[in-house]
Amino acid sequence: MQDFVQHLINGISLGSIYALIALGYTMVYGILKMINFAHSDVYMVGAFASYYVARWLGIDSNPSIGTLIILLLTSMFFCSLLGLLIERLAYRPLRNSPKLNILITAIGVSLFLEYGGQVVFGADPKVFPDVMKDFVLFSGAGIELTSFDITVLIVSILAMFALDFLIYKTKLGKAMRAVSSNPSVASLMGVNPDRIISFTFIVGSALAGVGSVLVGMKYPKIDPLMGMMIGLKAFVAAVLGGIGSISGAVLGALIMGLSEEMVVAYLSSTYRDALAFGILIVILIFKPAGILGKYSVEKV
Amino acid sequence: MSDVLLEAKNITMQFGGLKAVDSLAFKIHKGQLAGLIGPNGAGKTTVFNMLTGVYQPTEGEVILEGQSIKGLKPFQISQRGIARTFQNIRLFKKLSVLDNVLIATHQHVKYSLLNSLLLTKSFTESEKNQKEKAMDLLKIFSLESKANELSSSLPYGQQRKLEIVRALATDPKIILLDEPAAGMNHSETHQLMDTIAKIREDFKLTVLLIEHDMKLVMGICENIFVLDHGMKIEEGQPAKIQNSKKVIEAYLGIEEA
Repeated sequence: MQDFVQHLINGISLGSIYALIALGYTMVYGILKMINFAHSDVYMVGAFASYYVARWLGIDSNPSIGTLIILLLTSMFFCSLLGLLIERLAYRPLRNSPKLNILITAIGVSLFLEYGGQVVFGADPKVFPDVMKDFVLFSGAGIELTSFDITVLIVSILAMFALDFLIYKTKLGKAMRAVSSNPSVASLMGVNPDRIISFTFIVGSALAGVGSVLVGMKYPKIDPLMGMMIGLKAFVAAVLGGIGSISGAVLGALIMGLSEEMVVAYLSSTYRDALAFGILIVILIFKPAGILGKYSVEKV
Repeated sequence: MSDVLLEAKNITMQFGGLKAVDSLAFKIHKGQLAGLIGPNGAGKTTVFNMLTGVYQPTEGEVILEGQSIKGLKPFQISQRGIARTFQNIRLFKKLSVLDNVLIATHQHVKYSLLNSLLLTKSFTESEKNQKEKAMDLLKIFSLESKANELSSSLPYGQQRKLEIVRALATDPKIILLDEPAAGMNHSETHQLMDTIAKIREDFKLTVLLIEHDMKLVMGICENIFVLDHGMKIEEGQPAKIQNSKKVIEAYLGIEEA
């Protein structure tokens, strides 16, 4: 039983990291109806940006809460910038072309960043700077809560609340939902769709930036291909929850994180990735639009 | 004349080999209630699309208050004061009734993202004002009790009304109504006529409407343009239009001798 609770905590912690990345996929899909395959590589660049900034500032030797905040802001800034650039340079010129062209471009941008990253950063893994000390915050009844787990939880929950507020309470959020619902009508109501789309990329990428620092803190080995697997799983989480749905992405990510943790704990770590996709297949058989996704039925 | 609000200067819309609208020219004066009629396929909605920037006219230009709006994007034109509704309802379906209206009011609000994240006074107050303004507009159309419902859950007639509210919320100088009475029954149409007259009075609006319901058009429009095959075939007051041979021919065909 104690083991189970411990695994539960680990699973939720992993799931909330998936959620941060899955939100970027689902937001871009919601507004542009495209899968931004380069999203996971934006996440990778965020990790490297904070790696270099930490070394440059020399703050990697003295981990503290301040280090965490500086690295989070750094990573968010560089990810947003990259997300914005990708949208401007690669996707916007194709706004009116068939969806398949944009999809292929997204794969191209992803490969460009992965292998460009190997040239710029080097292909060998690097050690992510110490963000904070890992110590046991609470221990009792056979359960250990480490400072890492708590930090991951607190930071991702804060990020998600901020996102929720942004989307449902501000005019930018309303404009985002309007553009997602119908870009041409939103434009006729005085909303500039291009601006809102750029903004969506900025927000989604910033969340990936938060994720990259949290992952770097927990698993401090970063390399230019680090986005591939986690990106794939976050994408699965987004589809699982119903792509385009914000709460669906969070729910899907928690399911992914928990089930992965449970499989590793009670079956074998060999199956952890197989399971992720197994769940996807089973859920899509019964709920093709994802758990919280809706069928859109055209009225005729 | 100085009180011309909207002017179309020989606007042409060409789709490949088809001229949907052919060098159409008209003027709408401030405060006027004008009607655009014509048989199906005459190009009425295309005219609306050109006025609002959805299409760029292949030739000619549209002048709003003495300034050309050529080359402007729809959102820029909306900010300059042209609002519209749609022939087939195009609400933001997944958003609440209130949010639909708020999106339209928001273009005039200026607060930064920082303000909203820090919940500053200017943010909360401006949000409150917007909400009050939106509710006031909804009240005019007796939709205030539905403010928090999903817009797609409203019955058809109310969805049409909500489209008008949403267009009004952009603070327009002129509102373009594309078949506002489509699908409405007799009494609803009658009610709508009164409301259009009322909002025009209250908001000092200029109105251009497309409508097939001749009773409505002849009942409230002061000036009517008749379009057929993309060309203006007649213009004038209702009485003149009703007796125009060209208009009757356009609708009913030419009588063979």
